[in-house]
Amino acid sequence: MNDTLTLAMLWTDWFNLFKHFASISIASVGGPLVLLPEVHHFLVEQQNWLTDAQFRASIVIAQASPGPNVMFVALMGWNIGLNAGGFGWAAFSAIICMVGILMPSSLLIFVTARWVQKHQNLRAVRAFKLGLSPVVISMMIAAGWLLATANTSMKHDWPLWVVAAVTAVIVYRTKVHMLYLLAMGAVLGASGLLTM
Amino acid sequence: MTQPSSAQPQSLGELFTTFSRLAIQGFGGVLAFIERELVERKKWMTRAEFVEEWAIARTMPGPPALNLCIMVGARYFGWRGALVSLAGMFMFPTMLILVLAIAYAHFGNHPQVMDALRGMGAVAAGMIGATGLKLLSALKTNPLGVKVCSIIVILSFVGIALVEWRLLYVLVILGGIGYVLAFLKLKDQA
Repeated sequence: MNDTLTLAMLWTDWFNLFKHFASISIASVGGPLVLLPEVHHFLVEQQNWLTDAQFRASIVIAQASPGPNVMFVALMGWNIGLNAGGFGWAAFSAIICMVGILMPSSLLIFVTARWVQKHQNLRAVRAFKLGLSPVVISMMIAAGWLLATANTSMKHDWPLWVVAAVTAVIVYRTKVHMLYLLAMGAVLGASGLLTM
Repeated sequence: MTQPSSAQPQSLGELFTTFSRLAIQGFGGVLAFIERELVERKKWMTRAEFVEEWAIARTMPGPPALNLCIMVGARYFGWRGALVSLAGMFMFPTMLILVLAIAYAHFGNHPQVMDALRGMGAVAAGMIGATGLKLLSALKTNPLGVKVCSIIVILSFVGIALVEWRLLYVLVILGGIGYVLAFLKLKDQA
């Protein structure tokens, strides 16, 4: 993070930050990562609250750390707060960003879940769950495929593809603890065996 | 329709520790760990029930894995269950991620760290793919029938992974077809 930002955030700015993530939340079918370009546009290009390096680091760290991927939002908030003047603001900013991204969609799914539970025998409800099952399962398999192949080329990165494929076979066939597999991936990567 | 699952969480405390446990293991995403923990270890849901809940979690806004956790919490303990599930998902990961953010500022540009992360990313991708493949078995009892299910699965995989159609279009069009066919089929059975 070579270039640094110093911000003077007003209360209206904090409110706009909260509002941005709240509107992302309500539109984020498939999760907020789907709307990453919109987030980048608003925070980095339009408002200039976050450097491009901070934006990318927030995603990398969230992917590398355990827990829901949506924590990248907390890190972006944290970095904006740092740019605005220190750890106190960082904590404040991380919290409003997380509340923004979580509250609308969580309330909606809660209300939906209650309604679905109450009407679970309705034909429309059963048809929805069963009729959409094949698509959503397929999307999960496709997500694995895209994660393994995105930003990689067969020529240089085929060892990564092999790791992903072998992992898939092991997880499908055995009950080996998945943390061992993740550790193996990290060791193989760090040893330089996966870079051609 | 499907065999109901046998077990269920006994208390809010068990809900919290279960979700905390899987959250701190979930490098590169928690989804694969949720399936293994709730379906294979705790047996709170059968694979078929998991898929049915997932259909809703995945089509509503919000992170699908979190949506599912809220649904599970709400199913057993109402709004308190939903809040406790969310708290379990976030409490320990939040502490860890701050440590990692500081470490990243120091070691983030180290090529070995980047290579290790790429290795872990490849494993995480394989885990998610395999979880999806395991869930396919739940389609055997789907009223659409194996043939229709296979066609939808293959079409959406090709569309998303190979042709790069927009996810939302695939969800609305192929999901819509699945819904209509299931709706008609269920009527026949009644």
